[in-house]
Amino acid sequence: MEVIRHLFLLFVFPGFLFTVVIGLYACWIVRKVTALIHHRIGPPVLQPLYDVLKLLGKETLIPEAANKAVFIWAPVIGFASVLLLAVLLWAVDFIPASENGMFLGDVIVAIYLMVIPSLALILGSSASGSPHAAIGTAREMKLVMSYELVLVMAFIVVLIKTATFHGISDSQNEAQLLSLSLIAQYSPIMSISGLLAFLAALLCVQAKLGFTPFDIPEAETEIAGGVLIEYSGALLALWKMMQAVMLVALPLFLVVLFMGGIGAGFVPILKGIVKYVVVLVLLILIKNTNPRMRIDQAVKFFWFYCSPVMAVAIVLAMLGNYYGKWWL
Amino acid sequence: MNWKIWSLKKSPWVFHVNTGACNNCDIEVVNCLTPKFDVERFGVTLVGSPRHADALLVTGVVTAQAAPRLIQAYQQATKPCVVFSIGACACGTGIFHTGYHVVGPVDKIIKEIDPNAIIAYVPGCPPKPEAMISGIVKTLNAL
Repeated sequence: MEVIRHLFLLFVFPGFLFTVVIGLYACWIVRKVTALIHHRIGPPVLQPLYDVLKLLGKETLIPEAANKAVFIWAPVIGFASVLLLAVLLWAVDFIPASENGMFLGDVIVAIYLMVIPSLALILGSSASGSPHAAIGTAREMKLVMSYELVLVMAFIVVLIKTATFHGISDSQNEAQLLSLSLIAQYSPIMSISGLLAFLAALLCVQAKLGFTPFDIPEAETEIAGGVLIEYSGALLALWKMMQAVMLVALPLFLVVLFMGGIGAGFVPILKGIVKYVVVLVLLILIKNTNPRMRIDQAVKFFWFYCSPVMAVAIVLAMLGNYYGKWWL
Repeated sequence: MNWKIWSLKKSPWVFHVNTGACNNCDIEVVNCLTPKFDVERFGVTLVGSPRHADALLVTGVVTAQAAPRLIQAYQQATKPCVVFSIGACACGTGIFHTGYHVVGPVDKIIKEIDPNAIIAYVPGCPPKPEAMISGIVKTLNAL
């Protein structure tokens, strides 16, 4: 029975099926809100599902110059890792840690799982043997390098705030601090440093999702889809589904880190949905009101503007922890 | 109905190929994506690579320079793929039919490499966006 329960958790709820459905719905929200901003009507609700179905039914071409194994396995690995991240986050939200004693992962695991989709994208596109994809790969690498530092600094702020809220002293188990279940109990966004960290992390998530102004690796108008240019058919459908699941996992991760998670029960779930949709709409608004940056501008933006702000936020959070002021 | 064809009708992604058009048809193609016509209502999206495309929107007489590129783009597109000849030039070379650089209308070039290709014609100089949408709808219904 235990095995069946775990398989159900992984594949039906809150795993594969549930997450993909929510992800495709989130894709529709992105396209619909974009259309509303343009004063258009936009696609029907099931449009992302039609897209994926159609791609699954189409011919899958593998270029002659491509490294076949890497080309085929890269989207599978990316999809699997981002799905695992989503399951982890749902489990943190819906299953209390005390109930099952399972290892639900901590921030470190989440950081690694969040990098893998980008790495898979880099692998897959560099294996496709196209010059456009090569440019896209180079840009994706630089983008990962630029936002990863800021993202980790934002996590550090969250950890310090959690220590402040929870009142953990040095003598207690510090490893407990990294647990996502503990972090999900508090909302650091109510403090100054937490708000700064949230804004920086929001921009990093924007870059991770490949939304404008950070859609530099894909840039349809200059390198014609960049990293995904050679993918077609079922493999492209896998990438699209990976992006759909990322659209669930990354905003949900922000909700868990900064806004106190979702939690079980009717009212908490309702509140959680509102939080998730607010984060998603913020991302869409940034996407639709900004032009694309050049890659050097993006690196400069993250390293020379966001990083110092995050350093200040860390200092503020440390001061708040030292003097016991939760709002700092 | 076959689910592959059914889903194809629900989300035709188009790739735009200019084979020597005067840019007039191209402007009208882009016009279809504007708020007034908004073809995204029907799931039509402009994509950057023929690998992602379900339909090629070909504009312009096929010039000697453009013909090999058109063939390449068609071969790179994943099948099933519909070819739309947009405008009088693409349908039958129009007023340029005696030009020294013209190697033929779009259907002639495509039929040379794939006799079973699905080709749709939207005449006009340039065709109105309404005409293009009507052409797309009629073609998808005929699939």
